[in-house]
Amino acid sequence: MTATSPRRRALKVSSIALGLALALSAPAGAADLVISNWDGYMAPDAMAAFKAATGVSGEVVVHATNEEIMGKLIAAGGKGYDVVFVSSPFAEVLNKLGLTEPMDHAKIPNLANLYPEATKLPHDVGNNFSVPYTWGTTGLCYRSDLVKVAPTSWSDLLAPSDALKGKTTMLATDRWLLAAGQLDKGFSVNETDPAKMAEVKNLLISAKKTLLAYDDTTFYSKLVSGEALMVQAWDGWCNYGISEKPEIKYVIPKEGSDLWVDTMVVMKASEHKDDAFKFINFMLDAKNHAWAAQNIDYKVPNKPAMESLPADFLVKFPNMAMPVADLVKFEQLRDVGEAQRDYSKIVSEIKAAQ
Amino acid sequence: MAPALVWLTALMVVPCVLVLALAFFRRGIYGGIDYTFTLENFGLVFDPLYAGIFLNSARIAGTATLIAVVIGYAAAYAISAAPRRWQPVFLFFAVLPFWSNYLIRTYAWIVLLNREGLITQLLRWFGYTGEPPSMLYTEGAVIAGLVYNYLPFVILACYAPLSRLNPELAEASRDLGASAATTFRRVILPLTVPGIAAGAVFVFVLSIGNFVTPALLGGGRFQMIGNLVYDQFLTANDWPFGAALAMALIAIMLLVLMAQALAADRATGRTAEARGQADG
Repeated sequence: MTATSPRRRALKVSSIALGLALALSAPAGAADLVISNWDGYMAPDAMAAFKAATGVSGEVVVHATNEEIMGKLIAAGGKGYDVVFVSSPFAEVLNKLGLTEPMDHAKIPNLANLYPEATKLPHDVGNNFSVPYTWGTTGLCYRSDLVKVAPTSWSDLLAPSDALKGKTTMLATDRWLLAAGQLDKGFSVNETDPAKMAEVKNLLISAKKTLLAYDDTTFYSKLVSGEALMVQAWDGWCNYGISEKPEIKYVIPKEGSDLWVDTMVVMKASEHKDDAFKFINFMLDAKNHAWAAQNIDYKVPNKPAMESLPADFLVKFPNMAMPVADLVKFEQLRDVGEAQRDYSKIVSEIKAAQ
Repeated sequence: MAPALVWLTALMVVPCVLVLALAFFRRGIYGGIDYTFTLENFGLVFDPLYAGIFLNSARIAGTATLIAVVIGYAAAYAISAAPRRWQPVFLFFAVLPFWSNYLIRTYAWIVLLNREGLITQLLRWFGYTGEPPSMLYTEGAVIAGLVYNYLPFVILACYAPLSRLNPELAEASRDLGASAATTFRRVILPLTVPGIAAGAVFVFVLSIGNFVTPALLGGGRFQMIGNLVYDQFLTANDWPFGAALAMALIAIMLLVLMAQALAADRATGRTAEARGQADG
């Protein structure tokens, strides 16, 4: 559940400046089908291939973050978009707001390609309103050549050894920042009990003193350059680091991870729902879905696609070979409703702490 | 006059009123806006946490302003003292950085201050072998970024009154036995206060609302109001509270602008008085 992929990175930076303006602007929609996705998160020629296969033309607009596309969708009642890629807690919110169209399984035969586990994800058991596109974990990404003792626990990041002080980063996005503390304390990643959250806050404030930065856009390049030695990372992002420097390793701490899932949803306001389902079916095609796994280095919940990956790819990126049964043991981030306000305040307190 | 008013109303007043209106509602449970009237958001601005962030932003912006004014005034003074035909050239160089994008200039600072960056490499070249200094992601880096980016405003604002200064005034002061320091303090400085005030306001207002520099050069470890507003709109999806914070920020900016207008008024008043006495 990433904020951005490498190509998505540049976009995110400019979004810092343009974010507010973008959040308020209305979507464009001249083509038949309007897809909103993160930049670089699908094959560049996907729409051309889709048109060749189905005769339906489509246009891809990009969003830099979940929050940005949520702002647009909520403000416009979902109008102007047909298929939107968002992370699972956001898909859940869209569903609660009544903005998503129920998935018509009869029109998406390739749903059969999904691992059985991917059809029973807690945020949407039975894929009623969302279809998973990529999934993975959040863990520790580190330089095995420069870190003396391989990390095994979230505490290795939150209370680092002297050698690591000032050389660690944590994700800046609020839910994952909190999740590191919640997991370390043995709490749920959706914990909302104020007393427990106060403990998480204190832990993260003490961890802040040892951090180089909060970073969810350039942390892997900081590892490559050696500026950081251990970072909190999404697994796919750690893979970008590994592909540049094989000494980089990824580990899921013993206290666990969250299971992040990026999904595709169809908007209720869409005027091309049949074509939207066709598009989702097209993306679930084993060959197309394997493209995502091999080019954005994220695990995909598509059995034939994953089985088609070359052996050396799985050796290079060991986390891609992780058994699905192990992956789905982790808890998904869920929408926390009213408690989101408390979460935001806690994150502000952490970031404002001196 | 009329077209200007329409322009101002459509592009300034209406959006501001819309944002202000947002601040009186609540965040919906799932984001979005719940249209029930509340004053809660304005109360929250005074919560010690957020008030603290305001104060901290004001402190950082104030420090940046002070440094920018000292450097900028000195630079403007030097330019205005240079031969007339060279002055446009120096001014050109002073504003040259504006030709590149703010983000690129900020990234350049990352390249400089980074642990293995240009400064460290330079130190090593001179024989330094210790642990590289931590410069990036500090408050100092944030302040340096703000000073650097807004310095040209101060130079231009101070250059205008300095270049218009009648040299005979300084001459007269010296004739009357004042030292160079006294002439500067009692004649030149008071006459150029409007320029200093204008430059200082530019730096302060632009700095206090800035969110790119703290995000990039502070590594997200320094929260300023700009970042807080950004987070409310784009992360927490709490537009009403973000709007209330933005309004508080606008109120601070208006106060600063009023103070500047007052300072400029008093200074021009003094000049007029001085002229009156000279004429008499």
